[in-house]
Amino acid sequence: MREVAIIASAQADNTSTTTSTPVEMLIPVIQQVLANASMTKTDIGFWCHGSCDYMTGQPFSFVSAVDALGAWPPIIESHVEADGAFALYEAWLKIQTGEIDTALVFGNGRSSSGDINRILTLQLDPYVVGPLWPDDRSIAAMQARACLESGVVTERAMAEVAQRNHRNALTNPKALRSGDHSIEALMAAQLVADPLRELDCPAHADGVTAVIIAAGDRARSLVARPAWIRGIDHRIESQNLGNRSMTTLPSAALAAHKAGVGNDKIDVAELHAPYSHQELLLTTALGLSESTTINPSGGALCANPMMSAGLARFAEAATRVMNGTADRAIGHASSGPWMQQNLVCVLEGE
Amino acid sequence: MSGGTSEYSIAADGSFTAPLELSYPYKRTVGPILSRFLTGLRDQRIEGTKGSDGRVHVPPAEFDPITGEHLTEWADVASTGTIVTWSWQPAPVEGNTLQHPFAWALISLDGADTNVLHAVDAGRADAIKTGMRVTARWADEPSGSITDIVCFDLTSGSPA
Repeated sequence: MREVAIIASAQADNTSTTTSTPVEMLIPVIQQVLANASMTKTDIGFWCHGSCDYMTGQPFSFVSAVDALGAWPPIIESHVEADGAFALYEAWLKIQTGEIDTALVFGNGRSSSGDINRILTLQLDPYVVGPLWPDDRSIAAMQARACLESGVVTERAMAEVAQRNHRNALTNPKALRSGDHSIEALMAAQLVADPLRELDCPAHADGVTAVIIAAGDRARSLVARPAWIRGIDHRIESQNLGNRSMTTLPSAALAAHKAGVGNDKIDVAELHAPYSHQELLLTTALGLSESTTINPSGGALCANPMMSAGLARFAEAATRVMNGTADRAIGHASSGPWMQQNLVCVLEGE
Repeated sequence: MSGGTSEYSIAADGSFTAPLELSYPYKRTVGPILSRFLTGLRDQRIEGTKGSDGRVHVPPAEFDPITGEHLTEWADVASTGTIVTWSWQPAPVEGNTLQHPFAWALISLDGADTNVLHAVDAGRADAIKTGMRVTARWADEPSGSITDIVCFDLTSGSPA
């Protein structure tokens, strides 16, 4: 295996609404990530993009995103209809082939173009679930109740997750929301999708994240302390909600095992858990202990920019390895109802 | 798709915002397994496929989740079942089969080993609990769709 590291990242401010086009949103972040690595466009061997046509409401919308990169002289680029974190996985594989040494990966989405809870319905089975139009919150709420009634989580533990993430987001200028809430206030808040409260739910946002990865000595020559990808693994569960565990995340546990999460201590874990109870399920699935700092950024509860929230977790984890606050960290991305897909990445400093 | 924002507006920076309503007006062929399931619903009959481990999948699985083989053996299940979990929908959206507040639930139909997602017309959130019994309410004009079950109604009684 070739050694590959994250060497730079950049994020747009997450906003609840924007009138900018995807290209207008992308350009400053692409320029910023290149500047952060002291690189120019011609230093990039491969460009890989994560976005979703359902977010923009137009087919092949990713083609126009190439305008933000500049396609002349010709570039090698690819796209995944998924969060940018999955584009990073593709770029990592591309580097493994030996064809390239560097890649710029980015994800973007504008959740505010439509009703995001309704748009997410379109990811469900189109024959026996979709025609009923259950929204994203309702689907998550059914899982939350199953977890509560089985004793896997408690309402208080969910409130503690919401409290910690919102407190952590106070120091994240990119977050969409933050605050210092008491457990009592959180538990007394109105139910928006029984048993979920507003701050148990993701803060859907418009956002962009970009990351540069590089191989071996190329990475070492560009930055002082690259965040080395020591393991990365992607696992998927059934699309049939009626035949899945609601109280465990076997795909996350398997991905964590394959990525080598348990081989050593984890200082920081940036987890893409859209709902508070899901962070608790994920923490268990990954086998994390009390010594791991979870979501110092505030996580998806405080900013969930569709198609870049997972890559933002990678960026946040990598930043902490690169600046020396963590030696070993997890970047995690999820997708689908009840975190159907899980991508786990272990990052280490040298 | 419909149901998004439908208002014209001009933002502070002068950007004009206009609605864009996409739809998906195509006919799809659903294949032999879902065809039989959906046709059954039209006739108020609920069927599932039997997996290699003997579990009955409703809605039917086309392929065995364990072996990946095509599933061909069918089993009738009841139109009654038990609530496995639920959530409350206080504000129905376009496309929901009920247009007043209702519960979403995963329902274990009697005779099935997987759960069906559907609406439960429970009236109020404090009227529904996990473990309650439900019965399918059938549409007056069936069309061969999951919406041929309008919703489930709470009933008394124990598993059949």
